Amino acid sequence: MAGQTLYDKLWSQHLVKERDDGTALIYIDRHLLHEVTSPQAFEGLRLAGRKPWRLDANLATPDHNVPTTVVERARGNAGIQDPVSLIQVQTLDDNCEAFGIEEFKINDARQGIVHVVGPEQGATLPGMTVVCGDSHTATHGAFAALAHGIGTSEVEHVLATQCLLAQKMKNMLVRVEGELGLGVTAKDIVLAVIGEIGTAGGTGYAIEFAGSAIRGLSMEGRMTVCNMAIEAGARVGLIAVDDTTIDYLKDRPYAPSAAQWEAAVADWRGLVSDEDAAFDKVVELDAAAIEPQVTWGTSPEMVTGISGEVPDPEAQADATLKSGYQRALEYMGLAAKQKITDIKLDKVFIGSCTNSRIEDLREAAKVAKGKKVADSVQLAMVVPGSGLVKRQAEAEGLDKIFVEAGFEWREPGCSMCLAMNADKLGAGEHCASTSNRNFEGRQGYGGRTHLVSPAMAAAAAIAGHFVDVRTLESNRAAQEA
Amino acid sequence: MQKFERQQGLVAPLDRANVDTDLIIPKQFLKSIQRSGFGVNLFDELRYLDEGQPGQDCSQRPLNPDFVLNQTRYQGASVLLARRNFGCGSSREHAPWALADFGFRVVIAPSFADIFYNNAFKNGILLITLPEEAVDRLFREVETNEGYRLDVDLEQQRITTPSGEILEFAVDAFRKHCLLEGLDDIGITLQDEDAIRAFEKKHRADRPWLFRQAG
Repeated sequence: MAGQTLYDKLWSQHLVKERDDGTALIYIDRHLLHEVTSPQAFEGLRLAGRKPWRLDANLATPDHNVPTTVVERARGNAGIQDPVSLIQVQTLDDNCEAFGIEEFKINDARQGIVHVVGPEQGATLPGMTVVCGDSHTATHGAFAALAHGIGTSEVEHVLATQCLLAQKMKNMLVRVEGELGLGVTAKDIVLAVIGEIGTAGGTGYAIEFAGSAIRGLSMEGRMTVCNMAIEAGARVGLIAVDDTTIDYLKDRPYAPSAAQWEAAVADWRGLVSDEDAAFDKVVELDAAAIEPQVTWGTSPEMVTGISGEVPDPEAQADATLKSGYQRALEYMGLAAKQKITDIKLDKVFIGSCTNSRIEDLREAAKVAKGKKVADSVQLAMVVPGSGLVKRQAEAEGLDKIFVEAGFEWREPGCSMCLAMNADKLGAGEHCASTSNRNFEGRQGYGGRTHLVSPAMAAAAAIAGHFVDVRTLESNRAAQEA
Repeated sequence: MQKFERQQGLVAPLDRANVDTDLIIPKQFLKSIQRSGFGVNLFDELRYLDEGQPGQDCSQRPLNPDFVLNQTRYQGASVLLARRNFGCGSSREHAPWALADFGFRVVIAPSFADIFYNNAFKNGILLITLPEEAVDRLFREVETNEGYRLDVDLEQQRITTPSGEILEFAVDAFRKHCLLEGLDDIGITLQDEDAIRAFEKKHRADRPWLFRQAG
């Protein structure tokens, strides 16, 4: 019999019951909540007279609607200018209070983007099932946790039953071998993977990312990769446990106590795919061939290397693809065959659940240090993923580097990734963004998003247009050394 | 949940691939804490010529005359014909809430995004996956025949076109049962309460650290 994949192991460890019709009940260890997808679920519980099954499995924090300026945040919830956003955040507070769920409120130092907060607290552990009413829950798979986004009906279902009705996914292995070029990051790996398999390439699959280039990433980098599995269509992204995983978790507030630590680690060591495990699909990429990536269109699969150009829709044989490319170029205000380095930026956003962790900020700061944001860039902002990331960055002096270079240094939240708060693009504005989606209108009505890594975003802010980070002084010097 | 009844539905075609959840319902409308009222903002950025705001009177907004759902011939449509990877992007259930609130009961496409697929069925919307060639053919037929309706029979798992052609489709048994009966998942799961408790007890004994509070 063939061995098990990591996904197979996680699935069977949480299987409560299999039904004859192919659906299964799986047990949920951790449920993360935020203000946008939970109010209707709590309302549903109330209407049915139900209570949460297991309170301590839940952890909540407001992130999507929170303002990010220092002045607004100083006033807590009262600083939320938009009355509709305020109601939503207040509703989360009220629901957590009423049902007894732990919440990191707006100005708790531990507040932040839910997918930054969970791992940072050790509330995400290897071998867990983790769900949240947010598609980027895939992030937590970096810890070999079976993690995926759910809708609001499922949020209610998990609250009421501690289980989900699920069907087993297929297994895909994405193996990235070799060494990344200097200045090439986890973000570039995952954008290259999406470029390769497409935004629906992973539909129906759990993707395990493996290979030497993945093992060489920090936990922050691994989270970036798994975070965007959903942009390849896969609800689940996974990475096997190794020393990097275990070292990251030690002494985090929700991680196992000293008494349980050794037993937990011994268990976690088994959270890898067996050598003879069978995958339904295998995709291989050469890390050395990956350039810094930039998206040019309105879907994450519309991506190319920094040395590339905007493709010509006329050259596409598939009619649906051709019309999609035409529509994208029109929306983005770009011409076929335009060089990527010729795209000028109006705004720059460094943040989001994809790239707002300490390592991301360090990489951006390294590029920004001693430089100035180009005059043509109206706004360049850095939004840390959590209060603790912000504190750490400030302890390292990164905030000063950013402010001196002309970036705005903000308070934690989802911010301009989806522009539910006041941070948004104006119509027609081009933005270099470290977020995860370049959909039409995503960052603001008529806004034009280009997805890039933190280093690429910082470099674009300084040049006013996209540049190849590999040619920057800091990287060249490192290469020669 | 509303029971799914057999449809003799007017079909509206939305000819673009990768229709994402931001396009189905833009984020400013996600601030509502209700489940209803999203229909007027379905496809907001395609449907209107201005930027929509929550709570606005949409009857006063300029409509985009080129958008398919604004055309007279598609008024009252309950079947949406779409292209591949429909519903990609976020997990927002506001997307199926908006589709259902607008009046769609069925969406037909060559493929759907996973999370959207789950969410739609939980809101009484039947998603039908058909081969790309069949979808192409339906697009051609809808566009050339005003008043084009499809008979969608979930019980029999088949679609009948006006010319009498029958297209069979697959749907998993549990989802079909819930849709036909209008069943609430939570109630069904709670019938297995004892099994869940037994699992939980063993799980806690095997891996106590998964149940730990912050230290």
